[in-house]
Amino acid sequence: MDILATLQKLALESGFAGFFMDGGWKNLIMIVIAFVLLYLGIVKKFEPLLLCGIAFGCLLANLSYFISLGGSNALYHPELWSEFLDASSPYYHSYGHIMQHCGLLDFFYIGVKAGIYPSLIFMGVGAMTDFGPLLSNPKSLLLGAAAQLGVFVAFFGAILLGFTGPQAASIGIIGGADGPTAIYLTTKLAPELLGPIAIAAYSYMALIPLIQPPLMKLCTTKEMREVKMVQTREVSKTEKIIFPIVVASFVILLLPSTAPLIGCLMLGNLFRECGVTDRLSDTAQNALMNIVTIFLATSVGATMIGDTFLQLKTIYIIILGLVAFSISTVGGLFGGVIMYYASGKKINPLIGSAGVSAVPMAARVSQDVGRRYNKSNYLLMHAMGPNVAGVIGSAIAAGFLLSVFGGVIG
Amino acid sequence: MNDLVNLAIGDAALIGVLGYLVVFLGLVLLMIVVIILTKVMIAKAGKAAAVPVAETAPVAEVPVKAAPAPGSAGDLKLYDTDPKDAAMIMAIVADSLGKPINELRFKSIKEVK
Repeated sequence: MDILATLQKLALESGFAGFFMDGGWKNLIMIVIAFVLLYLGIVKKFEPLLLCGIAFGCLLANLSYFISLGGSNALYHPELWSEFLDASSPYYHSYGHIMQHCGLLDFFYIGVKAGIYPSLIFMGVGAMTDFGPLLSNPKSLLLGAAAQLGVFVAFFGAILLGFTGPQAASIGIIGGADGPTAIYLTTKLAPELLGPIAIAAYSYMALIPLIQPPLMKLCTTKEMREVKMVQTREVSKTEKIIFPIVVASFVILLLPSTAPLIGCLMLGNLFRECGVTDRLSDTAQNALMNIVTIFLATSVGATMIGDTFLQLKTIYIIILGLVAFSISTVGGLFGGVIMYYASGKKINPLIGSAGVSAVPMAARVSQDVGRRYNKSNYLLMHAMGPNVAGVIGSAIAAGFLLSVFGGVIG
Repeated sequence: MNDLVNLAIGDAALIGVLGYLVVFLGLVLLMIVVIILTKVMIAKAGKAAAVPVAETAPVAEVPVKAAPAPGSAGDLKLYDTDPKDAAMIMAIVADSLGKPINELRFKSIKEVK
């Protein structure tokens, strides 16, 4: 037995040998990035429920690059998904081919690719959301619309930077500040950008308390920020039950491409409000939401492979994401300022920034900033109206972009 | 708008403006639907409240309780507490718990001396 040859074989088959192979350094950098994301999630608590899973998915996928060099042990196979998306490949849109050769993370990713996880997350969000504040003040829907400005400005910016139409649409939706919507649209239009877009969307959502307050100060006067709003009216149970049925019917008829997201959002909300499906509501809010979050986060993280992530366009996406978020906030605030004047100075424009979705973080920021200027001011419930309107608004924006660019992808 | 992949700048601007208008239109229409729904519900609730009073008035021997104020979750007993202070306390509790105030029920508030 040749001991030296055996040791050499073992060394070459180990993952460590992959560090020195062609392109191995890129995956090494991705592993370092995964460590940084884990640090941000665990120590800094930036959206930890998602960031921990995304970071670990990234770590596993890039580690599997090294262990798969000598065989088919990889957890994630980007080449399988390239064939899946290539219209000229015999395996175009073939889930059977994926299932035959997939690793664990490929299997998880099927749920992202088919748009299942974001829709199920929306069901959980619906089950957790009280639309009462929106029903008591329907005008807050306008603030949810105004705060989608960043989506379309960032879309235009992405076109200027040389992205294709479907890619620009996926980047723009970061401005909707809605993770599941961003993942859903990107999976449909530009799956190659899923990793950076998901990271940008969730990172900026975690940074809302840092991003929004300076913009709120910039766009409003001290007098506006001190406005104390009157208590909203009580909403009846019947109204709350009818609302999800009406919204689902109306919005889906208006924009059929929003059906998976709006349908699941409103189904979850109906579970919550109808009073006879408490068990289902509890499952959607907790068990289902948690399970889907694990699958969604790890499989999105798995798409962060060195070859596709370490590119100049990732930096562009991060910058455009920040632009989208900031402009959406400004759009909501301008909507708030207009409503401030239109209502005879009765509406505090700070609630406009909550229109960017990101429930309930953005509403809490409105509350905190409002209290800084008027200690007796409680804007939380008033800000929840635009906040939940933003969820519907970003789903409509995604539906529009999907109906425009969906046909291009096929 | 022949090529949606390699979009011209003018076309991109057009899609951006159109998209923003569609979002506004969708939510404005939804707002109108919600306002109509609200008005119908309020009118129905008003009618329902008026009918029993008319029917029961001749036989009512027990004093009729006043209808709770909008936003109320029932009676709240205040002991040595100003209503304004009570409102403030309830809002603070709701905020601290991170729960909407209409999901909490306060039974009594007492000043501890």
